[in-house]
Amino acid sequence: MSAAAPKIRVRSLAKSFGEKRVLDGVDLDVPAGTSLVVIGGSGSGKSVLIKCILGLIEPDAGTIEIDGENVLALGQEARRAIAARIGMLFQNSALFDSLPVWENVTFGLLARRRIRRAEARVKAGEILGQVGLAASAGELFPAELSGGMQKRVALARAIAATPEMLFFDEPTTGLDPIMGAVIDGLIQDCVKRLGSTAVAITHDMASARRIGDNAAMLYGGRIVWEGPAASLLESGNALVDQFTHGRREGPIRMELRA
Amino acid sequence: MNLLLGALAAFGRPVLILCRGTGRLALFAFEGLSHLVRPPFHVRRFAAALIEMAYFSLPVVALTAIFTGMVLALQSYTGFSRFAAQSAVASVVVLSMTRELGPVLAGLMVAGRVGAATAAEIGTMRVTDQIDALSTLSTDPMKYLVAPRLLAGIIALPLLVVVADILGVLGGFIVSTASLGFNAVTYLHNTFNYLETMDVVSGLVKAAVFGFLIALMGCYNGNASRGGAQGVGAATTAAVVSASILILAFDYVLTQLFFAR
Repeated sequence: MSAAAPKIRVRSLAKSFGEKRVLDGVDLDVPAGTSLVVIGGSGSGKSVLIKCILGLIEPDAGTIEIDGENVLALGQEARRAIAARIGMLFQNSALFDSLPVWENVTFGLLARRRIRRAEARVKAGEILGQVGLAASAGELFPAELSGGMQKRVALARAIAATPEMLFFDEPTTGLDPIMGAVIDGLIQDCVKRLGSTAVAITHDMASARRIGDNAAMLYGGRIVWEGPAASLLESGNALVDQFTHGRREGPIRMELRA
Repeated sequence: MNLLLGALAAFGRPVLILCRGTGRLALFAFEGLSHLVRPPFHVRRFAAALIEMAYFSLPVVALTAIFTGMVLALQSYTGFSRFAAQSAVASVVVLSMTRELGPVLAGLMVAGRVGAATAAEIGTMRVTDQIDALSTLSTDPMKYLVAPRLLAGIIALPLLVVVADILGVLGGFIVSTASLGFNAVTYLHNTFNYLETMDVVSGLVKAAVFGFLIALMGCYNGNASRGGAQGVGAATTAAVVSASILILAFDYVLTQLFFAR
């Protein structure tokens, strides 16, 4: 592995569902310790891209390298070892509704036998504190929490094992602007504190500029623009401009039929 | 020629779909079973599934069994009295309950209760990304969700069938002695005189197979759920219907294996 190799490198990634080609040769580099935000319209394949990197969907072609190693060529055990270095915050939080919050937060640690069950409640309280929740919230069930609190718990679960890589799937979707900003702030804090490499996908331009060092736009199954997240609104790219400013007229044609 | 090809295609398409579905189900079952012998084991999940399947199904299975035993005594008395063979009522009740009605009715009741709940729970987890979340947390969904339920099904149903057998016989005994004029001692004597170990064992083996099928169809259909609430609803229906049909089909196969001479 060369010293300059990015933490995550995606090359020529392709994935189709039936006739629909969702990813059509995606190339992407995420340097270690940086945050990349991937933007793109609904159905553009952002979630599929992130799920391919996480190993939840098997791509049809291409390579996904983590620390210079092609994960698609690895066996199940090696893939599991890589998955243990990743934290993920799902769009709808995906908390286990049959388990209390403390067990949700420490689920990964318990599964990897990194803590004993007797210590898990205390550990969960510490991690919940890092996302601005009281330890007593650990005794509640996910259904008893508001949307914002669920996102915080999901973030706590994602960072519990101090992962090297963090993935966020639309972290502010369904939240009011203030709660969205709070979640973005927590994400920034967590990523900085852990020194993790982060990839987030979002529609929310304010969120994209807050949490991303760099940004990339996915359109037509490919990355059509990459640059600093701060320059998203002045990218000079017609596709990005139309998307970030929410214009109806422009080169992007929205598919109205599946 | 085109007509012939069209007819062949119309016949072949559902056959291919059936083969594909059967293959998927077989692979799913094999993978689920393989996790029963490969650590780590989720003992808490197994205990929770066992309590849900066995303990919480007790009332419905018990009521079904006791009323079935009562009806069986009444019906067989009505029929046998035409041939002056009323003394066979006790043996008919006990053999019917242990060989057939105990395992089949308990299986159908549990399929309706637990099979549906399993499909709904796993289906909801599937459509809300909870199963993907398990994978990202170093937990194999087959090991965590499916294997404990399969084992719980294999153990819970025989336990329920033991209770169903006893209560079914008790139902027949109550009706026979209270309203049909049977002597209690003679009835019990006739009950145990004609009962063989194989009658009970065959029922328990059937129950273990039915328990496995109920858990398997609940997990498989739940895991295959797609597209939100409607998909979960369809999976729940499919789990109950497929488990019920498989119970009846396997009942025939197992009866043939045990008792055909």
